[in-house]
Amino acid sequence: MHETDMTKALILTVKDWYESQLEKPKIEKIHLIVGQFTCVEPVSLQFAFEVQTRNTFLAEVELVIKDIPLVAFCHTCQQEYKPEIGLQYSCPDCNSPMEDIRSGRELKIDRIEYSSVNTYENVSL
Amino acid sequence: MHQTFDAALELNLLHANQEGANHNREHFDKWGISCFNIMSSPGAGKTVLLEKTLAALQDKLSMAVIEGDMTTELDADRLRQYNVPVIPINTGRSCHLDSKMVAGGIHTLEHEYNPQEIDLVLVENVGNLVCPAEFEVGEHAKVALLSITEGEDKPLKYPVMFQEADCLLITKTDLAPYLDIDLDRIAQNVRQMNPNVTIISVSAKTGDGLEVWFNWIQNQVSTLTLCH
Repeated sequence: MHETDMTKALILTVKDWYESQLEKPKIEKIHLIVGQFTCVEPVSLQFAFEVQTRNTFLAEVELVIKDIPLVAFCHTCQQEYKPEIGLQYSCPDCNSPMEDIRSGRELKIDRIEYSSVNTYENVSL
Repeated sequence: MHQTFDAALELNLLHANQEGANHNREHFDKWGISCFNIMSSPGAGKTVLLEKTLAALQDKLSMAVIEGDMTTELDADRLRQYNVPVIPINTGRSCHLDSKMVAGGIHTLEHEYNPQEIDLVLVENVGNLVCPAEFEVGEHAKVALLSITEGEDKPLKYPVMFQEADCLLITKTDLAPYLDIDLDRIAQNVRQMNPNVTIISVSAKTGDGLEVWFNWIQNQVSTLTLCH
């Protein structure tokens, strides 16, 4: 269950960002980008995030995971193709090995969506 | 009024682990140490391979082992007979070594041994084909093992591990007569995603192919030593 460790890393990174903000914002959503050619399962990540953020500043924050498909580029055919994970990785047209992965290895925190608590208070006055 | 904002972070989720791995590698480089990360499923033969390697190369290289094991020191005890520093790391509930755990091992190496005199550190990862592939620990090369009893399809099912490997050892080849397994098919499946990987078939039991593995290690170590 390495998603637990990944979630820990995610929480620490967001915490660093949160603590660097002068006016503590209200975090609403965290957007992640997870490639299909990684060892990370989005469902497990969602579960780990929900459990690990309970009763913290990230409780109730929504984790939005964008799945990025595996896309490789075949230099022989000069075209992109989508390898079938678990079945075939070489080029379906010429059988050249998968050497150039164009997407699918991503594992990153893309952005944080937040609302400014102060702005809200000012308006309500 | 409810206004939302975006803060673009664009940070790798494994950023902290990667930084730790780079830091570990700087230590190894400073001491002129080559480090290999040895990975496989449980029971593919990592520990016995290390035993054979320590026995065969102890006159040629000064070696140390960082031994990842979930809860025991069983593997570490087996390796201690070869009179090399064996630093056990119990990963607890974690199913892989990460750079921080290995940094702890490096710290022990620095304070209890003389790292300047060591040529090669072999990191035996926790038996697992999934997680270790994503967590670099500061190695110069990744070595994956696949025993022939696991089946030809494993590289297709656990592609990240096999795509990342610099060297693949196909182990337990002495069992081939008892199994319906196509060794060429294993190699083909790996080369589909990793055409440049060095593939070596070995049997720790009969010794078949081990000489090729020992040569690979020595070549890697001399190349890296030149780079240092």
